[in-house]
Amino acid sequence: MTMTLDHPGTLPAAAPNADALQRQGARERRALASLTLPGAALIFVVLILPIGWLFWQSFFGAAGQPTLENYARMLKPVYVRTFVTTFEVSGLVTLACVLLGYPVAYLLAQLPERLAGLLMIFVILPFWTSVLVRTYAWLVLLQRTGIINTWLVDAGLISEPLPLVHNMLGVVIGMVHVMLPFLILPLYASMRAIDPVYMRAAANCGATPAQAFRQVFLPLSLPGLAAGVGLVFVLCLGFYVTPALLGGGRVSMWAMQIADNISVYGNWGAASSLGVVLLIVTGIILYAFKRLFRTENFGGTR
Amino acid sequence: MPGKVEIRNIRKSYGSFVALDDVSLDIAPGEFLTLLGPSGSGKTTLLNVLAGFVRPDSGSITIDGTEFLTLPPHKRNLGMVFQNYALFPHMSVGRNVGYPLRLRGVSAAEIERRVRDALDLVQMAHLADRGVDALSGGQRQRVALARAIVFEPSILLMDEPLSALDKKLREHMQLELKRLHDRLGTTTVYVTHDQREALTLSDRIAVVNGGRIAQLGTPDEIYDRPRNKFVADFIGETRFLPVEHGASGLSLYGRPLKVRDEWKSLTGDTPWLVVRPERLRWHGEETDAANRIDAETTGVIYQGDSYLVTVRMPDGVEIDLRRGPDIAGKELPQRGQPVHLWLDREHTILVSDKP
Amino acid sequence: MLSRPATQTQITHLQRLWLYVLVGLVFLFLIVPCLIVIPMSFSGSKYLEFPPRTWSLQWYEAYLGSPEWRAATFVSLRAALLTTLFATTLGTIAAYGIARVHGAVSSLARGVFMLPMLVPLILLAIGCFFVYAKIGLNGTTTGLVLAHTMLALPFVVIAVLSGLASYDMNQERVAQSLGASRPWAFLTVTLPQIRLSVLSGALFAFVTSFDEVVIALFITGGQNATLTRLMFANIRDQIDPTVAAISSLLIGLSILLLVGSQLLLRKGARK
Repeated sequence: MTMTLDHPGTLPAAAPNADALQRQGARERRALASLTLPGAALIFVVLILPIGWLFWQSFFGAAGQPTLENYARMLKPVYVRTFVTTFEVSGLVTLACVLLGYPVAYLLAQLPERLAGLLMIFVILPFWTSVLVRTYAWLVLLQRTGIINTWLVDAGLISEPLPLVHNMLGVVIGMVHVMLPFLILPLYASMRAIDPVYMRAAANCGATPAQAFRQVFLPLSLPGLAAGVGLVFVLCLGFYVTPALLGGGRVSMWAMQIADNISVYGNWGAASSLGVVLLIVTGIILYAFKRLFRTENFGGTR
Repeated sequence: MPGKVEIRNIRKSYGSFVALDDVSLDIAPGEFLTLLGPSGSGKTTLLNVLAGFVRPDSGSITIDGTEFLTLPPHKRNLGMVFQNYALFPHMSVGRNVGYPLRLRGVSAAEIERRVRDALDLVQMAHLADRGVDALSGGQRQRVALARAIVFEPSILLMDEPLSALDKKLREHMQLELKRLHDRLGTTTVYVTHDQREALTLSDRIAVVNGGRIAQLGTPDEIYDRPRNKFVADFIGETRFLPVEHGASGLSLYGRPLKVRDEWKSLTGDTPWLVVRPERLRWHGEETDAANRIDAETTGVIYQGDSYLVTVRMPDGVEIDLRRGPDIAGKELPQRGQPVHLWLDREHTILVSDKP
Repeated sequence: MLSRPATQTQITHLQRLWLYVLVGLVFLFLIVPCLIVIPMSFSGSKYLEFPPRTWSLQWYEAYLGSPEWRAATFVSLRAALLTTLFATTLGTIAAYGIARVHGAVSSLARGVFMLPMLVPLILLAIGCFFVYAKIGLNGTTTGLVLAHTMLALPFVVIAVLSGLASYDMNQERVAQSLGASRPWAFLTVTLPQIRLSVLSGALFAFVTSFDEVVIALFITGGQNATLTRLMFANIRDQIDPTVAAISSLLIGLSILLLVGSQLLLRKGARK
């Protein structure tokens, strides 16, 4: 056996290699961090830089003079109407998604995993189908000469075709279809994570099924619901494709206002300021939901 | 023989938590050294420092005189067996074992031969083409071991490699590991929290506590000469009885305590008498070589191969003693009966509270 | 059957028949618009009708016979494949860095890589349009692929991070102790084990690019118009039944991708 050092504490405290080890550690951390650089650089060039540019631009008028007129203009009735419409549509869509999506997630979460996985196809297939394709389908279904109106007229239920599309109703229907999976998927995941033993315990304590649901399951499912609601609402606020196609020019939403300012009027100042405010509103809502409900991973579903 | 490891002044802290507090340790070539300690004691951290997965704040490790600590893990030439074995699930048994050889550019024929030899050594050659998913816990352990020794590393590191196995298999594998070490003679550093495993396997044991080495020694030194209360408590089923340190010398429950000579000059803190239940005898005589302890039987439980007798010391401390069939014919103590126990002077161990 | 208890709290199936009916209706609402276009696309008449009275392949012929549609399809496919390649590569190494580097750098990088998912698309579109106008990238494949790669990065990073979260890092450690350098350990041991996550990230990247409309609307055009851009203009301005044929093909592709991703998931779950 070799000499042993039984009392390490009695040795003079030395710090050999301390500098070399520290340098090595720093180098390794730098190397790992640098792995994110190519992607981050791309995001900087194609996202952060342009957004910064928009922000900068929103403070300049058409002639290049510094001004706040782009922001002042947003108080005009035409813009205010757009904001009201946007929030109205977003609110309605979110509400409809909750009313339709909660029961679906609830039932799926209670079914055996295999069956639920099979039924999930009804939620995931729309999710994987192009928004454009689905919007087109709704147009085909809802327009004056569309399938629904044709059937209703043929059945003698109505004499004139109903105005189902190119108005707020059409926009809401189309958007609910797009947004519903975004609500159901996180909600389903969070409901699956609720241990059924809580419901048994509630029943054991004497709660009726309705009471057990209201007092135990509903509160436990709220964080998942909040994540879905927050996600759906902010996606609605900035949504372009479906309102542009199903609104028929009669429903003016925020994102369309921005696009029109560029492509129709070429007014960069107006588009920039609208964009900046949209970004800020989106950020505030996401932040508020995150703080209030501690919901992580917005959109981590797709 | 190469493989002499010198560990000097290793420090590692995570924020204000000191994981390794100036640890120094020498490992002799060919030695089987075990780092034994409770979870959070720093034993696994020290092993990871050796392997290169934890970078300490300062310190030095040399192998045969060459600085080692600043090398990246893949240049250290160490074999490591992880607690969960970490076999690669996307490779067969044979490819797992051949992986380190392929990295070293060994020729295909040579790889095949050495993989077969290594698998032979752990009696797994017949399963070389299996996927690792199909293996049992014990088989995985053997494959992981074969993979760690196939490239003849200078040191073999093992992080609680047997903790995932059931008791019976664990004890079997302990003996096999010992045989394998005797045969290969690779310097081995072994981490465990199981004191019996440490006693079975090791040439020497370093008992680790609070980021420091509480005691370093051979298994019998650790067991029979624990240096402090922590080591005495951690190893074996231990009870501590209070020793009075008066003008007339040491005494236990009012009787003078006869101790080994080395304890006679004991000064300072009030010591504790370390009692290993198996060292207490049922019969004895009042001589210079034995201490009598008067106790009371509080319970007798039949356990098949033996009886478990619980006795209560005068101060209320209870000790469970095993009474085997070898003293058949002698009367079994009854509950509530007084009983005399005997502790040989030779087996007295005194420790103090300080670490 | 209906009187049997359905839940832990002894509600019978009959008592919640309403729930089954409601969920069934929601499923219909979700699935009908995804499927109804398919039979209509085989209509033999000059207008879309359901159910079609006569059948033909005329709209598919119209699609395949149009140089414009063919070119757009090619542009979209090329952009989607390049995006998949770049986004998967950049996203995978970034996710590895995020998972292994700890502390503030990790959470900062995580935040940056989620940005493309959180910023409204319309802003990304006009922002890119503006910057590209300055550097001459509008109407180029490079510009389109850069923007789509940025857009797809979060999905790849999320997928790979979740793969790494359930991956045992000891695997890579043991490979290092056996003599593999870190990059080599990643390539030979880690990557093969997280390949399903990487693949599903790649699938997301492909779909993200192929289905993307808003950015394409602003930064592509003419020779470089994507399929979605052409479809958007077509749906907005006239209802050309050719779009029904293209939509049916896209739905077929979605079903294929869905089946593919489900198989990946199933395979992943079995492990």
